[in-house]
Amino acid sequence: MTDTSATLVQGTLDMLILKTLALEPLHGWGISQRIQQLSRGVFDVNPGSLFPAFRRLERAGLLECEWRTSENNRRAKYYSLTKAGRQKLRSETKEWERQVAAIARILQTAS
Amino acid sequence: MGIWTNLSAGLRGLFRKRKEEQELDEELRDFLEKSTAEKMRSGLTREEALRRARLEMGGVEAVKESVRAASWETRIETLWTDLRFGARLLRFNPVFASAAILSMAHRIGANTAIFQLLDAVRLRTLPVKNPQEIARVAFDRRGSRSGNFSTRYPDFTYAIWEQIRDKQEGFSSVYAWAPVQFNVSPAGEVHNVQGLWVSGEFFETLGVGPALGRLLSTADDQPACASAGAVLSYSYWQQEYGGRRDVLDGKVTINRHPIPVIGVAARDFYGVEVGRNFDVAVPICAEPLINGENSQLKSRIGWWLSVMGRLKPDWRVERASAQLRAVSQSIFEAAMPPQYNASNAKSLLAAKLVARPGGSGVSDLRESYAQPLWLLLALAGLVLLIASANLANLLLARANAREKEMAMRMAVGAGRGRLIRQLLVESLLLAGIGAALGALLARDLSRVLVASMSTEQAPLFVALRTDWRVLGFTSALAIFTCVLFGLAPALRATSVSPGLALKEGGRGATQGRWRFGLRRILVVSQIALSLTLLVGALLFARSLKNLATLDPGFRRDGILVVDIDFTARHLPTEARRAFSDELLRRVRGIAGVNAAATAAIVPLSGDGIGHDILVGASGDAPDDVPVAAFNYVSPGYFETLQTPFLVGHDFDEHDRLGSPNVAIVNQAFADKFAQGKNPLDFKFRVRRLMKTSAPYQIIGVVRDTKYTDLRENRETIVYSPQAQNEEASNDAQILLRSSAPLAGILSAVKGTANEADPDADITFYNLHRMIDDGLLRDRLMARLSGFFGILAVLLAVVGLYGVISYMVARRRNEIGIRMSLGADRRSIISLVLRESVLLLAIGLTIGVALALAVSSAASALLFGLKPHDATTLMIATVSLAAIALAASYLPALRASKLDPLEALRHE
Repeated sequence: MTDTSATLVQGTLDMLILKTLALEPLHGWGISQRIQQLSRGVFDVNPGSLFPAFRRLERAGLLECEWRTSENNRRAKYYSLTKAGRQKLRSETKEWERQVAAIARILQTAS
Repeated sequence: MGIWTNLSAGLRGLFRKRKEEQELDEELRDFLEKSTAEKMRSGLTREEALRRARLEMGGVEAVKESVRAASWETRIETLWTDLRFGARLLRFNPVFASAAILSMAHRIGANTAIFQLLDAVRLRTLPVKNPQEIARVAFDRRGSRSGNFSTRYPDFTYAIWEQIRDKQEGFSSVYAWAPVQFNVSPAGEVHNVQGLWVSGEFFETLGVGPALGRLLSTADDQPACASAGAVLSYSYWQQEYGGRRDVLDGKVTINRHPIPVIGVAARDFYGVEVGRNFDVAVPICAEPLINGENSQLKSRIGWWLSVMGRLKPDWRVERASAQLRAVSQSIFEAAMPPQYNASNAKSLLAAKLVARPGGSGVSDLRESYAQPLWLLLALAGLVLLIASANLANLLLARANAREKEMAMRMAVGAGRGRLIRQLLVESLLLAGIGAALGALLARDLSRVLVASMSTEQAPLFVALRTDWRVLGFTSALAIFTCVLFGLAPALRATSVSPGLALKEGGRGATQGRWRFGLRRILVVSQIALSLTLLVGALLFARSLKNLATLDPGFRRDGILVVDIDFTARHLPTEARRAFSDELLRRVRGIAGVNAAATAAIVPLSGDGIGHDILVGASGDAPDDVPVAAFNYVSPGYFETLQTPFLVGHDFDEHDRLGSPNVAIVNQAFADKFAQGKNPLDFKFRVRRLMKTSAPYQIIGVVRDTKYTDLRENRETIVYSPQAQNEEASNDAQILLRSSAPLAGILSAVKGTANEADPDADITFYNLHRMIDDGLLRDRLMARLSGFFGILAVLLAVVGLYGVISYMVARRRNEIGIRMSLGADRRSIISLVLRESVLLLAIGLTIGVALALAVSSAASALLFGLKPHDATTLMIATVSLAAIALAASYLPALRASKLDPLEALRHE
């Protein structure tokens, strides 16, 4: 698992978390699963980096959280995007696309 | 948004810590649960699924730790925890803690005290409005002036001051001032206070306000001086008048002249001279009234004033300087002394006036004490270094004991950085408490320092205040020492592999060679530094001894000086002479007085007279005229001071005004001018203030004596009979020698003086004491450097003892084996001593090199020996080696008395 999964580009984890939460509020496990599924197993996010990222984003006012009772009748912490979080996702996505396009251009001409 | 959300969330987190922790716990448990459930769905047993989930997660505590690390408030929290933990550890080791804190407090206190003094003397600005705008008018180095120089800052004559005031453009206002001693006793014995002559602009220019009444203004300083009033300093008002407001109704007597008190200056204003405070300030126009016929004000060759001013807002010192330079010539031409001949005038006109920054005041103290203080600060800093090394050694030993604790904490997931931080916090705690205590201690220490720099004649006043610079210095010291003694042990303590440390038996893994090497390095550097300090201490002590035992060419013991001040008496010169002759006659009659004489200059009092010497009985003066020191003495002077005659004889009563000029010269004068010929045949004339005298006949040659300063080289001195001295003098001095205790003689002389004239202003002092006061700086250096030196040696020896004892403990086993194989006690002792000899040898070698490199910094302060004095180095090295060896002999002896069986069983 860990050996097949790629390491995330520095700073992209925050963006991925924001993206997964753009659809609906999710709990920690849900977010990690969603990232794994959407990346078709390429990214496997370690809780050791996931949870600090939650704390960071929450402190930055990009995420908010609430406790809900999940399916097995346990309390779980659900994260959702704030308005600022949505804005941040939009700008980050745009910036990311710009960079990827640029890198792709460089790689094409270089080969 | 970010910062505020973050801040408020952080604060919330800080206050709801428990809840937040619970939530994090619950969230992680939930994650683990879901992860396990997921794995069970793929067919694993619950146990296996849970194990895998945990593995994936990589430790709940570790995740929590990194979540906590993502938020700032936890930093404060861990700091707080560390502090509490550190404090608890210190509480458990009260001996260690108090020893460490006290030693730090002392060193930091000493450093801070010296720095505080330096700050006050050297760095601080005057307590006036916008001190950076204050500048002082001065001479550049060219040209030269001649005339009568009095006061501590004899920059200008009154006529030049008036010219500067009228012709300068760079200052919004300028003022003149001069320090002076005022006798404020209305009658009887003299009571001197620190006085100031100030021009009317003084207080206004400085922007100093009154604490009571009003201050002097230009209206008070008019030529007629109708409304001359005195301003008291706040401290003098408090001290002498108890802060009473009715002081304004009274008068202060200055040299027997009552002057009304018009006000008290602001509380923190001590004057413009750093190191002295003023008691009474009087307008310059009152000077002729107070000084009578010795007034300098009207004299164009009386140099006694210093001039300062406040620069105009858009003028800088350089521009003001250029303007002053440009008008210098016209100023000097307008104020040219009529007594000057062409060459005097030429050299005065060659001089230029400049402006210098004056915001930190004027100080002769700065020149004489700045360098010693920097040097003392360096010495105190070295002691602090040694003390830090000692503490580092102690902490290293402690790190040893705490190795398992560290290993355990690392094993359960604490990062190395986190542990280092915690150890550093512990050191900081030690250093912080030490520094706080040190700062308290520094206040008293600096007061003691100031007191030890004061003499009766020149009380030293330093406005000691703990300002930001001092506080900054102290905290920087605390952090510096903390890093110095805390970092290496912290690095060492956390560099062990946890597995290894936990596996090891009773002995720690950090006992490896490297760790021990660090302790050795510390001891070696301690020895090297303490040798340097010891060399410094010995140099100063020997220099002081050289000065104190130097033969000045006259006797210093049992000489009492009686000073008669005529300033307030308005007696004609003849009457003054008659009075002092009469008093001399009576003093000689007192039982117990072996000899007595009058002298214009008391040797080594700091006073001096210099006159030009024209060689030969006639002829023109050459361009470059030699100058000799002068003294006017009565017959019996050489007998009183026991200066032997080499050739010729003393003056007698036939040498009076009108009889041929005679002189007694010292050997240096004879060597320089007579050049091998018989000095009694040598004739010379004297030029005093542009007047050339009739030829002098030398009637005797005496041994060389010191004139103004013990450090001076051979000074050429001319003695001339007091009776042939035409110049009026403000005071006369009678020197008397007695083998009886001076206290008894003193009261007898007092009685005699009272009989002669109950109103005479008479002061007494002991010649020996006065000379000793002149060695104040040397004594201060010798005492303090000696104190630091002894401290340093003690610390180094304790350090060496610690390391050797530690080595013995560590090699117990080996020693036991050696003994059971037949090694005798002596070989065990030499085994242990070999170690300390090695450390000592390296330390001493480095120390000698270091001492040679740095001791030249002290060369200006030393007398009679070179900074690279071989004997001093030798004494320091040998004594340090002897003490150190004695200290390491103890553990060696203990090692040799080990019971081999016991030692072996110990393993």
